[in-house]
Order: sequence, then structure tokens, then C-alpha cells
Amino acid sequence: MEMAREVWSYMGTRKKFWLLPIFVMVGVFGTLIVLTQGTAVAPFIYTLF
Amino acid sequence: MRILGISAFYHDSAAALVEDGRIVAAAQEERFTRKKHDAAFPAKAVAYCLAEAGCGMADIDHVVFYEKPFVKFERLLETYLATSPRGFRSFRTAMPVWIKEKLFQKSMLRKQLGKIGGTKSWSGSLLFTEHHLAHAASAYFPSPFPSAAVLTMDGVGEWCTTSLGHGRGNTLKMLKEIHFPHSLGLLYSAFTYYTGFKVNSGEYKLMGLAPYGQPRFVQTIMDNLIDLKEDGSFRLDQRYFDYCTGLTMTSAAFHQLFGGPPRSPESPLTQREMDLAASIQVVTEEIVSRLARFARQETGETRLCLAGGVALNCVANGKLLKQGLFKDIWIQPAAGDSGGALGAALAVWYEYLGNARSVNGDDAMAGAYLGPAYGQNEIEGRLAAMGAVYSVVGDDDLIASTVDSLIEEKAVGWMQGRMEFGPRALGGRSILGDPRSPTMQKTLNLKVKYRESFRPFAPSVRREDVAEWFDIDADSPYMLLVGDVLDSQRLRPNREDTDLFGLDRLNVARSKIPAVTHVDYSARVQTVHRDTNPRYWDLLSAFKNRTGCPVLVNTSFNVRGEPIVCTPEDAYRCFMGTEIERLVVGNCVLRKEEQPEALRHDYKERFELD
Repeated sequence: MEMAREVWSYMGTRKKFWLLPIFVMVGVFGTLIVLTQGTAVAPFIYTLF
Repeated sequence: MRILGISAFYHDSAAALVEDGRIVAAAQEERFTRKKHDAAFPAKAVAYCLAEAGCGMADIDHVVFYEKPFVKFERLLETYLATSPRGFRSFRTAMPVWIKEKLFQKSMLRKQLGKIGGTKSWSGSLLFTEHHLAHAASAYFPSPFPSAAVLTMDGVGEWCTTSLGHGRGNTLKMLKEIHFPHSLGLLYSAFTYYTGFKVNSGEYKLMGLAPYGQPRFVQTIMDNLIDLKEDGSFRLDQRYFDYCTGLTMTSAAFHQLFGGPPRSPESPLTQREMDLAASIQVVTEEIVSRLARFARQETGETRLCLAGGVALNCVANGKLLKQGLFKDIWIQPAAGDSGGALGAALAVWYEYLGNARSVNGDDAMAGAYLGPAYGQNEIEGRLAAMGAVYSVVGDDDLIASTVDSLIEEKAVGWMQGRMEFGPRALGGRSILGDPRSPTMQKTLNLKVKYRESFRPFAPSVRREDVAEWFDIDADSPYMLLVGDVLDSQRLRPNREDTDLFGLDRLNVARSKIPAVTHVDYSARVQTVHRDTNPRYWDLLSAFKNRTGCPVLVNTSFNVRGEPIVCTPEDAYRCFMGTEIERLVVGNCVLRKEEQPEALRHDYKERFELD
């Protein structure tokens, strides 16, 4: 929770709210990468970008 | 009021403690953990700083970290977004580290600080500065100048790679920045990588290699890699680099441009690498010179402060001084990321808390002797516990017997007083030799330091004598200015010698002090000052009285890949594992021939090559 508050405050200070969806997606897919630690996620991410 | 500065989690972790504006202690973690460029949280360095100040974590008012992790993450994200999908491999490598650890640096720092001691929550007193502000603060606030232009240049912090600031009194205003991916530090590192040296540690080898080469690639670099403007600002053509999207520094286009793949590490050096080194050195000097000229115009200041990894390029610094753009130049001795810990702490004291700053003509670094020292009793106890054989002598005998050893061309390990902060050994943790010996450079490189034979050694000279031997007449206490050996001290070369190329030029005696005279007659000078290191100054004086030469070879007390020694035990281990013949620790003198044979050991393979 504290982390979310800090990310919000950082985006406000830097006026980078447009990064929010990217932060969320990075959070989701980054977590997937961390959990899988393999290449299974790779094609999924390629199509996304 | 006590402020603890910390740099960590990239390379060269360090801690620094500032008490009421005075720098009490500063040290790099690698010296305690014995892991070169250690990037871990600097727990041991913090513990040392607290011990030096005689306080605990509960007595610290502010802790400050030297960069802003979220802004750095923002740079990574925006870079990957701008270059996708090419950067996916790099993204996939970087993300686990960031998502598991680096994004949570605040809580990680709190946890680590809690482990050291105290029950403080650090809410509101754990601060983060910008990376280049920390560098700029480390350059300006400890300088002896009441006001100055401040230039910082390194690889990259958050976004900034180069900055111009203006320091006046207790304020430091940042005026201009150049942002990633356009970076002088990364350009230099790209050539470090391409010539087969390790990035983030081999840059000074490239600088040392430059005088062996001809700068025949300068135009190629200027025409293709970089768009350099008159004011020193520049853009790098990213087609030639791989650091934004890949896991290396240079791209296939770069390799094609310079006619081949990167040199394999540890393979023989060829004239091509030497010419590349000479070329990137010329380009670096040109960029630094233009940036400095712009800094002079923008700020109107006649004094300049430098920090950031590029400020360790003492050849460029020396040329800048000679150009006379600035009346005086001061360079932070810990110009790399370790110095960020100190800069961050000073930025909090002056910028954040608004405390007054006064200058008295000297800098605030105390000769960079900011690390641990050991009392005579402690030294004897520690050496005895290791089984070392030593004799304890008085101050005068200590100096006299050390001079005897030096005149006999012995390599002398010299551990005295507080350890230095920054990458240079300045007479606190040094290996010393006689610079008049024509074989000293080779002996020290191959038998003592186990490093490449082309690497030059630096001279220490009494400040009073520097102008009689070198063409600089300025303070260079931190070995960050290069000057030339004066004509009057040079030897006339033989005709055959002048026709030599590349590494063949190495063995030619060029001056009365050949061990510290590089192939282009340059020398990385350290001026020794009586007020900051009286014992080393006395040694140089005694050597001068006996030989007429006030210069000594000074190289760091370590072998290749090893952090500089910190404790008497480290010094003894290095002494017993190398061909150092005398060791002087405090008032203890140790002779190699008197040491127990059983304590000799193979030291060479112990450290990973840098």
C-alpha cells in the first residue's frame, strides 16, 4: 500500500501520470516474468508491444 | 546534527558521515568485504562511520540515499518503450531485479538500517537526492572555493549524464543537463568494452593505453558516433551502440565502422586498440574542454569543480588546467559513485537544511584520509595474532630504514594512518618504490601487482618540489591531474628508441625518474602536503636528502582485482602473497626474509581479474 502511495506521489511530482498504465502492465508482466523465470512469457509480451 | 549518506545497489557502495557540516568519515564497502566494486548495502562501511563518530544509528538525524530509484525506473521504462520490441532481452533481464528488489529500495534501506541498530522508523528522515546533484554537491561543497562552476560527467544517473551547476555560498543551482542515452561516460565505456576491458573498472586502463597509440580514429568518431556542438553538448548516434536495448555496449554497426569485433579480454593488445584508446582520449578531452568553456561563459566563474566518473580522467583534467580557462580546478577525489554518498550528505546539510558554508582556503576532505586508522598497540596485536615477525622502531628510524629499503630498489608496503576515500592510494595504503630505477615499473607490474605491463605508475612528490620536476605548479593532492616531466629532468632518447612503436616504447628510460614517466613523458602527479600527511611528507623529505630526488613511485596497496587493503591483516596477507619485500605498518617494520615460510601463500589467483 505504501508502495502504491509512493508511486502515485512520484507521478504527481514528475507529472508522469501517463506512465500509470505502463506501471500497471509492467507490474503484471514483470511479476509473470519473475514467477516463471523462463521464456514462456516472451511471445505474450511481444504481441503486447 | 548527523547525516549519513549512502550509495549502493549499482557499483562501489559507500557510506559517509557528516556531523554539523564536517566530514567525519567516509569509506567504500569493498574495502571491508574484500569484494572489488561491491554493490551491496554498505553495512560495514556504515558501522565504521558510526564507530568513527562514536555514535549509534539512534543518533543519526537524517539518512540520505544518492539517487532516486523511481526516476531511474522511469528512465528504464521509457527507454524500453521507445525502443520496443528490440529491448526485450534487456527488459527481461532487468525487470526481475527491479520488481523483486530495486523498486523497494526505501523499505530495503529501512530494513538494513534497522539491522545496524536502533528502533527508528526513519519516516521523514530517509531522504533521496538526485544522482548528479549528489555528484555536484560532492564536488562543490568540500571545495576550497566560495563560489564555482560545477561540472559533473558520468555514465548515467536517473536521466542526467552531464550537468552544469553554479555553486555560490551554501547554494548549488543546477543550470543545464544532458540526458540519457547521450552520455560521455557511456561513450568512453563503449570503447573500454570494445578494446577488451571491463566496463566500470577498465576505463583507467584505456586511458593508460592511449599514449602508446596514434589518434587516427578521431575523425571517424566525430563523423559517425557523435554530433558535438560548440557549447560541448552532444548527441550519440544510437545505431552504433547497444546499451539501450541489448546487454553489451556496442552494436554490429560499431564493429563494422572500426573494422572488426571487440578484442577478447586478456588477449594480446595490438596497435589498433592503442590507436582507439588514443582517439577516444582526444575526443573526450575535446568534449570536456568545450563543456568547461561553456561553464565559464554561463556562470562567469573563474573556478571549476568536477565530479562524476569522467572526472577521474586525469589526463583530460591536466589538459583543462593547462588551457587556463579557469584560474583553479578542484576535483572530488571520490569522483565516482562512492563519492555520491558524501555528496548526498552534504547536499542535505547545505541545500535541504540551509546551513551556512564557510571556506578557509583548504578543502574539507582532509587529504581524503577519511577511512579507518589503527593505533600502534592494535597493529601489534593484530600482526602478532597472524604470526607475523616484526620489529617496532621509533619515528626517525622508521623513516631512515624505509628510505634504505627504497634505495635498495625494494618494493615497500606502506600502511599509515587513515585509509583513503576514493579509488587512489595517497600514501595511507600504498606500495612505494624508487622512481629512479629503470626496472621498477616492470617489477611492480609483473611481480607485485600482477597486472598488465603497459600500466603506468604515478609519482608522489612534495608540494614544494613539484614545479622542479613536472610542468604543473598547482596542488594535486588526489592524483587527479596529469602533467609532463620537465625537459630538464628528461633523458635524450637514442635514435633507435625514437623509431619504436606501441608497447616496444615501454622499456625506454625517458627521464631521471623512468618508473613514473609514461611513454609520452606524462605523469599522474600526487602532491604531498605536510599538513595532511606529515609522515609521508617526512619520508619524501628523507628520500630527497639521501638521493636528491623528492619523488617516489606510489601505487595502491593491492594486487589486480583486489580492493585496496584496509586492515593490518589485509596488508600482511598481500605482503606475504606477493614480492613486496618490506612492510611498514604504523611503527612496525616487517622484512620478508624474516617471515615464517608457512605463512607464504599464493595470492595471485585469489581475486577475479578486473
